[in-house]
Amino acid sequence: MVVDQLSEDVVDRLFQALSDATRRDIVRRVSAGPMSVSGLATFYAMSFAAVQKHVAVLERATLVTKEKRGREQLVQANPDGLALARRLLDEYEEIWRQRAARITDLLGQAPGAQAKEPS
Amino acid sequence: MTVTSSIKSPEALTLAITAEFPAAVERVWQIWEDPRQLERWWGPPTWPATFETYDFHPGGQADYYMTGPDGTKARGWWQFTSVDGPTRLALNDGFADDDGKRVEEMGQALMEVSIVDGGGRTAMTITTTFENTEQMQKMLEMGMEEGMKEAMGQIDGILAK
Repeated sequence: MVVDQLSEDVVDRLFQALSDATRRDIVRRVSAGPMSVSGLATFYAMSFAAVQKHVAVLERATLVTKEKRGREQLVQANPDGLALARRLLDEYEEIWRQRAARITDLLGQAPGAQAKEPS
Repeated sequence: MTVTSSIKSPEALTLAITAEFPAAVERVWQIWEDPRQLERWWGPPTWPATFETYDFHPGGQADYYMTGPDGTKARGWWQFTSVDGPTRLALNDGFADDDGKRVEEMGQALMEVSIVDGGGRTAMTITTTFENTEQMQKMLEMGMEEGMKEAMGQIDGILAK
């Protein structure tokens, strides 16, 4: 498994940003090996449906994948998804940094064609 | 550097970025309110934006395109969900095809803008929420220079095979 090849450090860094304790825990558990949703549900004081929802959120964010194995759904970690999300958000942050710089330039310029404001 | 904070949640696919500007709240609101000013900062210099329609009201739509160095046009739309000047704005941002029609399968990103008076300085926070990593990747690759570079890199990789 890919996750086994990552150092604990890298894994820590990747998971650092996980915002919800339950979901963080789910990712940790399935990083050790695939687990069924019902298996996961035994660890948390919440309904099966609630756990399923957490898994769905993780799946949508491509942090875990679900695979049908007989009657059960097996959840497994997708560290690549997490790493990709981080990288994409870094890129998006850079776009906003550049926008902020252009806004600063724009705000520093004379109002020009704008409606005149009393000074 | 005017960006004062950046909070990323790869798990929730959100980015909250805050920048501070030496201007009044009303002045910062104008960079969203006036499409002519918006055009001067939304697209990168090599991909300038042009807003063709701009209905700056809740429920209103804006249509824009960005023009690349080779003349390629990347079209997008905004739908304003809340316009509460001069401090709050929320909109959905998505892609359009060459005819200006929404590309639904590309999904949309939610952008929430909050502008706060800091006594002579103004803090603006943009919180963007993407639907999933695939969509986020597509949004970055289409119409954004930085993303385009990467897309070009991928093409290079394919051609090298």
